[in-house]
Amino acid sequence: MIYTQSPLAIGLFVFFVLFVLGLSFYLARRTSSAEGYYAAGGNIHWMTNGIAFAGDYLSAASFLGICGMIATSGYDGWMYSIGYLAGWVVALFLVAEPMKRLGKFTFTDALDSKFNSKSIQLMAAISTLLVSVFYLIPQMVGAGVLVQPLMGLPHWVGVCIVGVVVTLIVATAGMASTTYVQFFKGAMLLIVSTTLVIMVLFRGLSTTPENDGKPYHDFTTLRADSALTLEDPTFNVIAGLDSVYGQEGFVKLERNGQESIWKLEQTADGYLLEETLHATRFNDGTRSYNGAPAEEGEFFPVGHIKELRLNGEEVTATGPIGPFKFLSTLTDSTIVLWGKKYIKEADGITTIYYQKPTPGSQILRPGLRFKVDNATPMEKFNFMSLMLALFCGTAALPHILIRYYTVPSQAAARKSTIVAIAGIGFFYLLTLFMGMGAMTSGVINLLDNNMSAPLLALSFGVFLFAIISSLAFATVLGTVSGLIVASSGAIAHDLLDNFLGLKMTDRVKVRAGKISAIVVGAIAIYLGIVFEGMNVSFLVGWAFAVAASANLPAILMLLFWSKTTARGVAASITVGLFSSLGLILLSPDMWIRYGKLPENAPIQFNSPALISIPLAFLALVVVSMLTQKDVNIGHAPEAAKN
Amino acid sequence: MGHGPAVKLGKDDAAGFKTKLGVIMFLCYTAFYAFFVLLNVFAPSTMENVILGQTAAIVWGFFLIFLALVMAVIYNHFCTQAEKRHNV
Repeated sequence: MIYTQSPLAIGLFVFFVLFVLGLSFYLARRTSSAEGYYAAGGNIHWMTNGIAFAGDYLSAASFLGICGMIATSGYDGWMYSIGYLAGWVVALFLVAEPMKRLGKFTFTDALDSKFNSKSIQLMAAISTLLVSVFYLIPQMVGAGVLVQPLMGLPHWVGVCIVGVVVTLIVATAGMASTTYVQFFKGAMLLIVSTTLVIMVLFRGLSTTPENDGKPYHDFTTLRADSALTLEDPTFNVIAGLDSVYGQEGFVKLERNGQESIWKLEQTADGYLLEETLHATRFNDGTRSYNGAPAEEGEFFPVGHIKELRLNGEEVTATGPIGPFKFLSTLTDSTIVLWGKKYIKEADGITTIYYQKPTPGSQILRPGLRFKVDNATPMEKFNFMSLMLALFCGTAALPHILIRYYTVPSQAAARKSTIVAIAGIGFFYLLTLFMGMGAMTSGVINLLDNNMSAPLLALSFGVFLFAIISSLAFATVLGTVSGLIVASSGAIAHDLLDNFLGLKMTDRVKVRAGKISAIVVGAIAIYLGIVFEGMNVSFLVGWAFAVAASANLPAILMLLFWSKTTARGVAASITVGLFSSLGLILLSPDMWIRYGKLPENAPIQFNSPALISIPLAFLALVVVSMLTQKDVNIGHAPEAAKN
Repeated sequence: MGHGPAVKLGKDDAAGFKTKLGVIMFLCYTAFYAFFVLLNVFAPSTMENVILGQTAAIVWGFFLIFLALVMAVIYNHFCTQAEKRHNV
């Protein structure tokens, strides 16, 4: 798709970036101690920290990925919202207060608080680094996605801008600047998303959605007899029933030198031909979109309702509508979704996007992305495994856990988690309306659904688009900052200071953290470029699986099982980390990244949590039982101690 | 070793009560979440049933999100009371 850049959008974007940088440099003057750099001095108010939690958590995955997935897959995208929020229950009820009680700067501190074990320090630091890097990838991909429509710059430039700006933020003021950037961003995200949803509801639903005053594409249907002779003689058939297209249920036509692909539907007296969109990647690396170069803008945005039913009657528009009526009207209506088919020819591969009218009641239930109806045991396993990873992942994410060290007390840790649940829960309700709004407003870019929420805003005019896009970019900046603080803490505090025992002064510790931040930032930039094009929420699902497998069993058993030993904790992290990573690397989705067919992957599921989490628990129990005689006398679980 | 909180924490005599309450509430929420996931896996067609104009899937989603918030507020209420009672 071709986007038009507006000076307003660019101006707002530059303003956000300068504001964030200015804040960081201002706070940097007050950040000279290690406590200040890694834990913002431990004096952040719980309300501020709660909103900052929301800012940390509502990353590019939530804002861009979930909305994009709902826009193309309906309820299955919202499943991520439900799972992500449920994870906060684990954080609040089990982890928040003990984490505050036990740790100082990093997640490793809490795990190692009772043991002073080198193996825990090493493994927990490696786990923090790997989980943070996994989580960084989708954020950087999201940044690249945003700069194209916002600034007219290629993907890699967006990734580099984020990398450089964030590294500057973190290298100046660490957790203090990260917290205030997150607070600002979290609050703004909630306000602007609420505004967007109100505007969607006020506009209502329509079978011919307007996009910022521009009419929706008028889809054409052609008729042909059984010999594929078209009623409209201006079209010529160039790839008919016996071609590779015909074998897949399509035909290729030509009119005035313009090629088009149509989906065939057999009728009693011949065929109905329905318009499709298509993108071709030629062997020489060039691409065409709907038969023309990208600059000609032939690849148009899609998303519309085929039959709109309000109160049992078919209408063309609803006018302003309430939130529950919005959902119930969609349930009763038929919405056009888009299927995808690949056709391989001698000169390249063509991806065809064809219309799939689907009842709203099927879109607003699981099943379009996750195979749950008549699913094989492996498909059921994959779904349960993903939902387990989302549930267990939140309370194991290092950049979330370190936020508990920024507040002054355990009660403040608890209250800030509740503020986070309120803010994040409300936002996830909004994602349903933003996603379904995008699905029916003619704004979806089929080549990249990550942009659905900003493009929905664009349908109301460039001003809202500019604000939403700039904010989404700030979202990426904030989350990446938190991740880089967590990573730099793992390197400088856990590895250099604790594991290697380098005696560093406070000032040297801060400098080591800043240098680590720059190194991690460079790695994040590289990965953000390599993983271009993957749905960001999907990638975050993997980060959750790795975090849940490597960290959560160790945290929970340390708190609730008195026989846990240092070696048991280290073994649990090792097994959880490498089993989850190994299963991901062997998964069908990674097989596609290697350029191979997914069905040839050694395992046939994508989410490893249902195997790797129990394995990590098992490793902890077995190793702890075998090492009861180790020098760990004096440790007792939190529950037993109090 | 650099462990221990970044700021000095007071003694919390209510920690035992809060831990037990947290575990109980966690188990309650987990039961609802697990039931929701299992329903999707083993009886997915029930999610298409329409209840008060909405699919059962939508009703479940709203329920789980609101339940998390309501339970969080209840948990905080009892924890705050326990802190007042024990940490005099």
